[in-house]
Amino acid sequence: MATVELRQVTKRYGAVEAIRGIDVAARDGEFLVLLGPSGCGKSTLLRMVAGLESITGGEIAIGGRRVDGLEPKDRDIAMVFQNYALYPHMSVFDNMAYGLKIRGLPKAEIRARVTRTAEMLELAPYLDRRPSQLSGGQRQRVAMGRAVVREPAAFLFDEPLSNLDAKLRTQMRLEIKRLQARLGVTSLYVTHDQVEAMTLADRILVMNQGVAEQIGAPLEIYSRPASLFVAGFIGSPPMNILDARIADDGRGLLLGGGGRIALPGPLAAEAGQPVKLGIRPEHLKPTAGPGGLSLTVELSEALGAETVLYGRLDGGQPAQLRMAGMPAHRPGDVLPVTADPSDLHLFDPRTGRRRPDTEQPGWAERRISAVS
Amino acid sequence: MQRRAIFKGRLLPYLLLAPQVAVTVLFFLWPAGRALWQSVHLQDPFGLYSEFVWFENFQAVLSDPNYLGTVQVSVLFSAAVAGLSLSVALLLAALADTKIRGAGLYKSLLIWPYALAPAIAAVLFLFVFNPEIGLLGRAMNGMGLGWDYRLNGGQALLMVVLAASAKQISYNFIFFLAGLQAIPRSVLEAASIDGAGPVRRFFTITFPLLSPTTFFLLVVNVVYAFFETFGTIHALTRGGPGKSTETLIYRVYQDGVVSNDLGGSSAQSVILMVIVIALTAIQFRFIERKVHYA
Repeated sequence: MATVELRQVTKRYGAVEAIRGIDVAARDGEFLVLLGPSGCGKSTLLRMVAGLESITGGEIAIGGRRVDGLEPKDRDIAMVFQNYALYPHMSVFDNMAYGLKIRGLPKAEIRARVTRTAEMLELAPYLDRRPSQLSGGQRQRVAMGRAVVREPAAFLFDEPLSNLDAKLRTQMRLEIKRLQARLGVTSLYVTHDQVEAMTLADRILVMNQGVAEQIGAPLEIYSRPASLFVAGFIGSPPMNILDARIADDGRGLLLGGGGRIALPGPLAAEAGQPVKLGIRPEHLKPTAGPGGLSLTVELSEALGAETVLYGRLDGGQPAQLRMAGMPAHRPGDVLPVTADPSDLHLFDPRTGRRRPDTEQPGWAERRISAVS
Repeated sequence: MQRRAIFKGRLLPYLLLAPQVAVTVLFFLWPAGRALWQSVHLQDPFGLYSEFVWFENFQAVLSDPNYLGTVQVSVLFSAAVAGLSLSVALLLAALADTKIRGAGLYKSLLIWPYALAPAIAAVLFLFVFNPEIGLLGRAMNGMGLGWDYRLNGGQALLMVVLAASAKQISYNFIFFLAGLQAIPRSVLEAASIDGAGPVRRFFTITFPLLSPTTFFLLVVNVVYAFFETFGTIHALTRGGPGKSTETLIYRVYQDGVVSNDLGGSSAQSVILMVIVIALTAIQFRFIERKVHYA
């Protein structure tokens, strides 16, 4: 029943503009992840939705009601903090009941709600314990329980899993996903971990230096990154970003040192222009035939299911290649490699944005014919 | 974090300890031992002759009706000093902990009074409260309030309580401020999202989380009020008018030094020691249970 809408939200600390006009609307029940490197403003943005930070400009509305002038308690939201922020002097029960008591619910209802939530989160045996007597994962669940029990219009998560070890993090990630799907409460989730973002989100808002770089479904962002920043940030190992030049015939890209790769469609009008070429490591494939690129292997990381080769392309540009299985390539080997033209990403080197011509359906159609 | 220094040989560590041990022995253990010894002896005023008298000194002290009055004054005085200095310090610390312009300056200024010697602080209070030359004293008399702590016992007690608290407020303030700053911001933020306003947050979150600090300060302040306020009282009222500001510690001085009753005075010292030990033990036994150590 609640959407969370941000309209041209800005935040300024003195002369520094930390958030520069963010526009995003989370649909009712949507899981929206705010993703970005540390210092990009994603936590600040979440805290502004919570009311813990004031906004400098713009509007925030929850469930259609403008809230940016309201106190946190009047915004009908619940927040899960990175360090859990449990009340250390209260039992698990009291931690979860605190907000309900303040709202003056009858005792019987408080008990019923807390018990129900505790059972859902498998916390029932621990209701009498203090937070200090719980493990990290249990504390995390109490923090979520405290949010869930209030039945708010929206959940706000501020890097809730970053204090857990890797195994527990994966487990809690699934629990959060399941819980959110079950309750259907609109959620904003801040993280710097792209795996969390990819697995949890209905949509991801990628932020960089206070600006929204791209908003979209996880796979959409992965397969069509809107900027060089997104291209480099999403995916592990990251996308290869290479300096290239459009060939005179407009049908290929030159990488220097004789390397050439075919384009799906002609870009003749801009022959000789520099572009940034992005190729994901898994899209760079060894090939039998000549005429593509060649990769001089420097280092090989075998992970079992896959192997990552680190090396240099013609002209000396570093690149990574990701292959299934355990191929036996040694440092010094020279591999002929190529990439499917449909897997190339072209960016404007001046603006860092994806080239608009690569978004046109016509280009994609021609691309198919060029391949066949 | 643990840091451990390793010394070669035994001499250096003992040498380094020696000054502190010497001070403790000279100013604490030796006088306490003397007090114990004297409390069971009858001595002439010049200390030339003494006789072992069992507990006669204690009997004399406890059967003196004036002594009960002194106990009452002491209890009232200590409760007022501890209560006043703790609550004012907590209020100031809570205010200084908020984000205000010039917070650093306030913090420094609030710590300064602790550096004042009791006698100097007392003189400052005299300049304020003296009925003839004191700023406030004159003003109050001008309004017809009839202020004269030299005649009115209640007014005298009020003044020594204020003077004794003033210094302790600075001390308590530092500890409360440190305690407040140790409370994670996010816990208070979680409470405000849960719907608690500032006052409710203070009483349900801040104050309980501050309890280790409060408890420590309560013990320290009670001990201070009982033991360390001699200088303030001596400079301001000398226990008067009558015996209205004579606390236990002041009476020890009065009987021992002024009246030369060394045995009686020592017996009182021993009683005072027992009282403070008992008070501290009670505080640890009953109040510490309610303390939450994070």
